[in-house]
Amino acid sequence: MPEPLLTVRDFSVVYDVDPPVAAVKDVTLELQRGEILGLAGESGCGKTTLAYGVQRLLKAPAVITGGSVVFHDSSGETIDINALDAEHMRRFRWDKISMVFQGAMNALNPVATIGSQLSDVFEVHRPEMTRRQRRAEVEELLEIVKVGRDRIRSFPHELSGGMRQRVMIAMALALRPQLMVMDEPTTALDVLVQREILRQISQLRHEFGFSVIFITHDLPLLLEISDRIAIMREGEIVELQSAEGIWNDPQHEYTRRLLESFPRLTGERGVVVR
Amino acid sequence: MSILEFDHVSKIYNVRGAGRMKALDDVSFTLESGRTIGLVGQSGSGKSTIAKILTQLETPTSGEIRLDGAPIPRRGRGLRSYRQQLRMVFQDPFASLNPYHSIRYHIERPLRLDDVVPKQQTEREVRRLLERVQLVPDTVIDRRPHELSGGQRQRVAIARALASRPHLLVADEPVSMLDVSIRLGVLNLLADLQREEGLGVLYITHDLATARHFSDEVIVLNQGRIVERGPADDVILNPQNAYTRELRAASPDPENWFLSKERSDASKDASTTGGTR
Repeated sequence: MPEPLLTVRDFSVVYDVDPPVAAVKDVTLELQRGEILGLAGESGCGKTTLAYGVQRLLKAPAVITGGSVVFHDSSGETIDINALDAEHMRRFRWDKISMVFQGAMNALNPVATIGSQLSDVFEVHRPEMTRRQRRAEVEELLEIVKVGRDRIRSFPHELSGGMRQRVMIAMALALRPQLMVMDEPTTALDVLVQREILRQISQLRHEFGFSVIFITHDLPLLLEISDRIAIMREGEIVELQSAEGIWNDPQHEYTRRLLESFPRLTGERGVVVR
Repeated sequence: MSILEFDHVSKIYNVRGAGRMKALDDVSFTLESGRTIGLVGQSGSGKSTIAKILTQLETPTSGEIRLDGAPIPRRGRGLRSYRQQLRMVFQDPFASLNPYHSIRYHIERPLRLDDVVPKQQTEREVRRLLERVQLVPDTVIDRRPHELSGGQRQRVAIARALASRPHLLVADEPVSMLDVSIRLGVLNLLADLQREEGLGVLYITHDLATARHFSDEVIVLNQGRIVERGPADDVILNPQNAYTRELRAASPDPENWFLSKERSDASKDASTTGGTR
């Protein structure tokens, strides 16, 4: 029985510049617990603004002009994200919703060990934990993402791109959030590493039951990882349905155009006119 | 006619603590004019070492490289003319154009440096090149890179590469930073130019899907060695080598995904554990 985790209603974001840009227009969607929702569209379609906006991570000139975002906590509590004050918002972030950022490979601090950076998460959000407990948690996280506990003292530059990305996933997983937002998490990685990371995300999702909002413009990849896919264009969701439905039976003309725009690995030739 | 020959080329790096690292191990291939070779492989397979050797950022440890039948000159006029024959298109159109300069400047420079056309015809040639890459000269010529989209910038980079009328274009992941929806346009443009100008193209990528559609021949590199080569469709659709098969299996392939075992396994997991807290 599907159970909603995040309900977004008539959500709008405007960039208050001259002239104002409506980046997200009246978006309504419901994210289910445990599902991977893909968010696809071209650069500038508003997919990143939407994903950041629902966590109130946008800063000026972006203004949330309307709509509601409700988080259905596993405790049964219903949290209206727009109504949280600054302190509650600080505690809410990372604890309930975490992020894997675009270019996460460069998101780590180059002069601190990955162990200390992972430990920071617990220091801030779980101040009651002892040093020993934090260390045990960090070691476990590194094992979960298959970096290995012996890398706890490594600096980011001593790890490969794929491993750094796994550390970022470990960090996002640290507080066992119910939702992870991933913004182009594998774009800079080569295909073999990308495949490993995707398998890992899929497997961790089954193990820990979190939902994922997966943002990318790489539609072939999104079709494989997502349960459902939302196609965005100019701030609006033009189509939202199962990945299989998007592939086999796209309803919107724009979806069909996007599907036609990428070269197929095994399909008919002729996409590139030669 | 062959424009580029790699003749048993090896490149060995001495890595402190790790001994000798063979970045390229006895690599030989020939590129004909008007043809495209796709070089595929994962990070560290040696693709970029080949590009570095071609641009003379590195010298090979052994073996010889010939352009139009002649070895790469080390210095002087010969080197200059070599560089005029071989041009690069880089991965990141945001980093490969100078933010301080106009689009006109970017394309004028190789025209001036290589004396491609008489000075009074420079402006006309700049406009011709911009039109050649399907940009409207009047709307872009006085702009700076940050005012253009990624796709437009990559077209400018291509126009700049074409300015000196090269015989060989080395394109190192030219579309991987572009939106999926505009990749095709840029690849089609490269294919057109190649056909019409008889360019040889070395297309370096880890994306098997575009390599298949864009190349005549595909060469698969693994740890500096060529492990498989052949007509693009044969190599990608019917790979013989284990490593090529691995690459192929890792590439997104929606066509087969919805029929595949991995997917049905994944959704089975989802139905047993999905919805739990």
